[in-house]
Amino acid sequence: MRLEQFQLIDRVVEFDAGNKSIRCDATVPLKASIFDGHFPGYPLMPGVLLLESMAQTSGWAILMTLKFERMAFLAAVREAKFRSFVSPGAKLEMSAKIVHEGSGFAVTEAQGKLDNKPVCDATLMFRVIEFPNPEVRRSMLEFAAAGGLSVEFADND
Amino acid sequence: MSSTFDTIANIIAETCDIPRETIKPESHAIDDLGIDSLDFLDIAFAIDKAFGIKMPLEKWTQEINEGKATTGEYFVLKNLSERIDALVAAKGS
Repeated sequence: MRLEQFQLIDRVVEFDAGNKSIRCDATVPLKASIFDGHFPGYPLMPGVLLLESMAQTSGWAILMTLKFERMAFLAAVREAKFRSFVSPGAKLEMSAKIVHEGSGFAVTEAQGKLDNKPVCDATLMFRVIEFPNPEVRRSMLEFAAAGGLSVEFADND
Repeated sequence: MSSTFDTIANIIAETCDIPRETIKPESHAIDDLGIDSLDFLDIAFAIDKAFGIKMPLEKWTQEINEGKATTGEYFVLKNLSERIDALVAAKGS
């Protein structure tokens, strides 16, 4: 994770197109300024950032499913649970599955695990719309490619 | 009134916390019931799941924006019910 850049996953590990599901790696940094306040003497990964990690994982599932033709923006959190504390240095396994593709929206179920034990999960809704500009799309493609994902279906722009 | 309307009305009542008795076939989802675009996504999700369809919301919105249809044609609940019935019938054919 790069918290200052609001990058809450490190790498897309696997995308299953048939199942519309994705797995990502996300390692909580050992040091970050947010831990100074959350909490002094007892650093913990904030739940809202675990939520963002689940949202980003879900977003990648949507991007990949739509072959980077449209962008997903978090619209609603239907239910989120934070089941155990997550400390700096934790190596999380994030996953998400698209459970519904609507017209202009998508719903995912996402989860974070630590040592194969669930630490967080959520049902998320996203608005799915055109990319606001080519730069956004390009940066998404670059991130996916850096993680080894196949992006051969992407147009060059 | 049709069971489709009842299903939609129950979904709206539960999703948006609107008293069920105020939801009528003539009710306009936006103008009368005050449902905003985000709430309507929740409703659309529930309707899609309940009827096993995918409401073409973007197509409907585009037609409204282009002046080819009024909001009432899609968002007055009795009209919405008819469109859902048509989508269900099309799915089955």
